[in-house]
Amino acid sequence: MKIVTANDLKSGAVIWWTGVGWSIDVDEAADVGEDGARVIAREEGAQNAVSAYVIDAEKDGQGVRPAHIKERIRAFGPTVRLDLTVKPADANAVNWVI
Amino acid sequence: MYKYDEYDQQMVDTRVAEFRDQVRRRLAGELTEDQFKPLRLQNGLYLQLHAYMLRVAVPYGTMNSAQMKMLGDIADKYDRGYGHFTTRTNIQYNWIKLEDTPDALADLAKVEMHAIQTSGNCIRNISSDQYAGASADEVVDPRPYAELLRQWSSFHPEFLVLPRKFKIAVIASEIDRAAMRLHDIGINLVKNDAGEVGAEFYVGGGMGRTPFVAKKIKDFVPIDQMVTYAEACVRVYNRYGRRDNKYKARIKILVHELGLEAYSKEVDAEFAHLLTQPIEPPLAELERIQAMFVDPAFETGLSDDLDLSDPDFRLWVERNTFAHKAPGYVIANVSLKPIGGIPGDATSDQIRLMAELAKDYSFDELRVTHAQNIVFPHVKKNDLYTLWQKLEKADLSTPNLDTVGDIIACPGLDYCSLANARSIPVAQKISERFGTAERQAEIGELKLKISGCINACGHHHAGHIGILGVDKKGKENYQLLLGGSEGADTSLAKITGPGFDEDGVVDATEKAIDVYLANKQGDERFLDTYRRIGMAPFKEAIYG
Repeated sequence: MKIVTANDLKSGAVIWWTGVGWSIDVDEAADVGEDGARVIAREEGAQNAVSAYVIDAEKDGQGVRPAHIKERIRAFGPTVRLDLTVKPADANAVNWVI
Repeated sequence: MYKYDEYDQQMVDTRVAEFRDQVRRRLAGELTEDQFKPLRLQNGLYLQLHAYMLRVAVPYGTMNSAQMKMLGDIADKYDRGYGHFTTRTNIQYNWIKLEDTPDALADLAKVEMHAIQTSGNCIRNISSDQYAGASADEVVDPRPYAELLRQWSSFHPEFLVLPRKFKIAVIASEIDRAAMRLHDIGINLVKNDAGEVGAEFYVGGGMGRTPFVAKKIKDFVPIDQMVTYAEACVRVYNRYGRRDNKYKARIKILVHELGLEAYSKEVDAEFAHLLTQPIEPPLAELERIQAMFVDPAFETGLSDDLDLSDPDFRLWVERNTFAHKAPGYVIANVSLKPIGGIPGDATSDQIRLMAELAKDYSFDELRVTHAQNIVFPHVKKNDLYTLWQKLEKADLSTPNLDTVGDIIACPGLDYCSLANARSIPVAQKISERFGTAERQAEIGELKLKISGCINACGHHHAGHIGILGVDKKGKENYQLLLGGSEGADTSLAKITGPGFDEDGVVDATEKAIDVYLANKQGDERFLDTYRRIGMAPFKEAIYG
């Protein structure tokens, strides 16, 4: 699947396009198919997001998993400060992030 | 310490107000990101892997306790309770919000700090010797000269859009503690036979994807021409440096491609021309600055004796202190590398504690080192045990300076959008594997440096052991390098061979250290043994 990620303009937080808006939870990311460029143009134009781009991902029983480690770390947070991650209680994180 | 005059303060305050308006316009949609990005970068605000990151300048690594306290307060007020001290002697906050940045900068301005020129293709924060003004081996205190260059380079209208970023280091001793020869310009302050102070200039050093050791271009520039000569060096670079390819845009490439002789000829011509222009600050300005860097009021008649009956204190003294020029005083290093910790990170409480301790025990002064540690430059030996006890309670007394545990590591893929691999977990694993005092003592001085990408912010080229993280088909991979050095004997490390996964590079590091221990003669450091026996035995052990 293709998903869109960006940073929130005000906070800088990593965000994922859900199909109707933005979420900090990668599991809510929507498959944009070939529509990514249009989503990015509209959302950046509306000043809702910055540095948006399309990435490859897979959806499994656990959630949406970006294909590349860089985006998996973006989705999760710093692997060395679990207290600062998006889901500090995610016991399975080590299995899908790294 | 330097104290802002009305011009300094006005410049910083005006810049904060200007940036506040730029942020307002960005949030109101009046500026696009393309328009805003260069403006935020000029104020040290990056967009990193997880959030905005604010890089605050600590000029030549020197701070007073009020400034350090403010850094701790900002970590709490605008970030997540910690800061990261960098290899450029700055501090970075990893979770700053755009809308909060003007307020954070305004708070910094209250204590004469800012984030100007901590990003972009300009002259960056000037670094220096962390023991400046305290060690006995310096020719002069290099900080007034670094301050003069800071003033020259701040908002320099000709050098705000150079081909690439530009880094300068100023030292004044034979022992180079600032990696001077790995800078775009390195200045070593020396005295001639007549006892006059002058500047020995080096150009074209740097790390990154194409590392070079800087070459000496001038033995002695009279001190009243130092700024003019620096101007000539940068002006020639600005004119001829490559703007068509960012990977070939640093001055090191220009000096390499042009050749030192041809580059030097251009600089001499420009220098001769500039000497006809009134650009050199009057010596009175240098003297005004120097007056702010006079020695603190050291007590006299103090004893040099220390009670070392506490073995933990003794170990810390042996490892983390350095001789001071004044009898009865010592330079104390605070390692920000606890075993298994994140190199360079300090919590807001730790930052404020160090500020308080500097006030009580070090004449209100602290230094940030390029090795991501903190220095109390002027500690009375009578106070050292008390200071150590207070550091110990805050997990700031790790006795590992310049050992395998004192690892320089960039933020890597845990924080940095440019990184290809994580640096911090590798540093943590190595730190834990070699964490015991006995193991560190057995190994002795060993400088280990880790970068998460070819940009080399973790100085892997200059590590006795260097580790470079790369992306290999979407997976983290780590190359091992040996034989680098950043001191007076600066050299570039060489790659051992094929890379490893995270655990593999930790194992390979141990094998390299074992080769050293098996071949060590006398007091040889790892680097000395490597230079004597060469790469082959290490490769054999690692890959054989």
